[in-house]
Amino acid sequence: MPSRFRTSRRGPVVRVLTAAVAAAAGVTMVAGCSSGSSSTASSSSSPSASTGAGAAAAAFPVTVTPSNGKVTVKAEPQHIVSLSPTATEDLYAVGAGKQVVAVDSDSDYPSDAPRTALSGLTPNVEAIVKYNPDLVIASQDSNGLVSSLVKLGVPVLIEPSAATLADAYTQIEQIGAATGHPAQAATTVSTMKSEIAADVKQAGTDHADLSYYWELSANPYYSATSSTFIGQIASLFGAKNIADKADKASDGGYPELSQEYIVSAKPQIIFLADNQAADGGQTPRIVGARPGWAGIPAVKTGQIIALDDDIASRWGPRLPQLVAQLAQAIEKTSGQ
Amino acid sequence: MIRSAAVRDKPGRGLRTLRVYSIAVAFLVAAVLAGALVGAADLNPLATVTALLDRIPFVHLPSSLTPLDRAVLFQIRLPRIVLGALVGGLLAVAGAGYQGVFRNPLVDSGLLGASAGAGLGATIAIIYLAGSGPAAVPVAAFVGSLAGVAVAYSVGAASGSGTANLLLAGLAVGMFLTAIQTYVLQRSSQDIQQVYSWLLGSLATATWHQVAVVLPYSAVSVAVVLLHGRHLDVLSVGDEEARSLGMRPGWIRLAVVAACALAAASAVAVSGLIGFVGIIVPHAVRRLAGTSYRLVLPLSLLFGAGFLVLADTLARTVLAPAELPIGVVTALIGSPVFIWILRTTRSVRT
Repeated sequence: MPSRFRTSRRGPVVRVLTAAVAAAAGVTMVAGCSSGSSSTASSSSSPSASTGAGAAAAAFPVTVTPSNGKVTVKAEPQHIVSLSPTATEDLYAVGAGKQVVAVDSDSDYPSDAPRTALSGLTPNVEAIVKYNPDLVIASQDSNGLVSSLVKLGVPVLIEPSAATLADAYTQIEQIGAATGHPAQAATTVSTMKSEIAADVKQAGTDHADLSYYWELSANPYYSATSSTFIGQIASLFGAKNIADKADKASDGGYPELSQEYIVSAKPQIIFLADNQAADGGQTPRIVGARPGWAGIPAVKTGQIIALDDDIASRWGPRLPQLVAQLAQAIEKTSGQ
Repeated sequence: MIRSAAVRDKPGRGLRTLRVYSIAVAFLVAAVLAGALVGAADLNPLATVTALLDRIPFVHLPSSLTPLDRAVLFQIRLPRIVLGALVGGLLAVAGAGYQGVFRNPLVDSGLLGASAGAGLGATIAIIYLAGSGPAAVPVAAFVGSLAGVAVAYSVGAASGSGTANLLLAGLAVGMFLTAIQTYVLQRSSQDIQQVYSWLLGSLATATWHQVAVVLPYSAVSVAVVLLHGRHLDVLSVGDEEARSLGMRPGWIRLAVVAACALAAASAVAVSGLIGFVGIIVPHAVRRLAGTSYRLVLPLSLLFGAGFLVLADTLARTVLAPAELPIGVVTALIGSPVFIWILRTTRSVRT
């Protein structure tokens, strides 16, 4: 049983990446053809793409509707700037990696993405324009990003934090459509869906007898309720989230929990989304050594799970890896 | 300007002094008891009391608390109360001491670049020293706070001898350090939440270890400040008068500022930036006990301790099991209470 998860932990990425690489190779061939046949070939390239990847593929102009309203992308973008780590992962997953010219300073995956000093939180329009972008994707419209770029004729997609898994899938599909890879995007989404469904089926959805504590920060103790995106994913297995009792106290679903409540709620699993150095550096060992925590069931049984903070804080194509890790923990705990 | 009328001792003050000390001690004890009995873990109050009494030497009482409940009470709730009392006392004493040194009722413990320096130190530690563990943050905040005061004091002292110079230098140094802190933070968006949480101040992760670390610094700094009560009373009349009595105002000022800086830095290192305590508490104390620093300083210690324990008790119970940042409580509850005290007590010349 655990061996299934061991393989599936790497499984989804490998599969997604393979798909992405295959897709990217296909795109390069198509792009190669079109550029080879001169600049007027943009109209002739779309039929060849559509024969390869279905009727809807790469038919530009394309209109998508992200959170900032209808956006029309006139031709297949070749100079994409991503200001959101999730969007960067989405771009590479759908096979648009070759078209990306710059990503923001927080976009650390995949590692070969062209990381720059650009900031997604406080974007500098002039610094972005230097890359001569024909498509910009960001997770928030700060510093007047959209209005400035629209004035310059650059289409912008704002793909904000997903509220649901369906939102995350929609964003991947929108990014696929806007970059000329709708078919690969559809494959990515369906692969993610089947991966997640398989893990959920494997571990079961009837774990109401289990409770867990999801730690976002240890000083002070911030958690996420089941109403948040990450909380919805964590609650796929029906386990009880101890932060839900504080739901009313936090509008965004991220309450600061009282330490004595965390201990007295006796969670059986602790998920650490703050274990990387940049996020607080909390490890299972540190958690076990916190004064007063030794009596928590999760500490006694060693069910403190160090998550990949990046995957757990994004809403991108690596989500199945997170679900697999959760499923493994849930299954192991319920078997005890 | 604080012009103390209490420099001259009057007969019959002994009884009044005893009375205000009794009030202060009763307030602190009540705050600690209230804090010990309530909390998000919903421990049985009676069992909590017996578990606490059981710890008194030669007293043996059976308590129905489970081992987990005991861990909550003795490892999480009590260290938080004790650390809160310590931090509150330190901030209030530092505030009162600064007000005496600068003869200015508007200054508080974050003065002279202390808060800004601590903020810069903590921000740098959170962003660049994350690999060395959370232990780096309090040390960096402590060093930053002291360094902020040291720079402000030397700049201020170099540009003249008056207290106004020191205050203005502190203002400039504080703004400069805050600018650097904002710049550093701006460059590392990932850590904004952590830094912000620290800046708001919190006692949520208090441990006995923190109490033990802060205690020696607290003892030294508080002792030095309290010993200067009479000097501050004389200084409040004026530097000339102090010199005519054989005192050296410059040295007194340096000693008190150093001790207050140490007190504030120790508090900030373990709790982040908690505002209002250093200004509200000393003024409330003056309303109650007059303006003599021989009373204001020790009473500020006691009332500051009780005030912060109460504020933190509210912070961790009002929204239980969620928490409020303690800085929100000290300002939200402290300010109206302070205004009420100003309006209802007889006016004391400050």
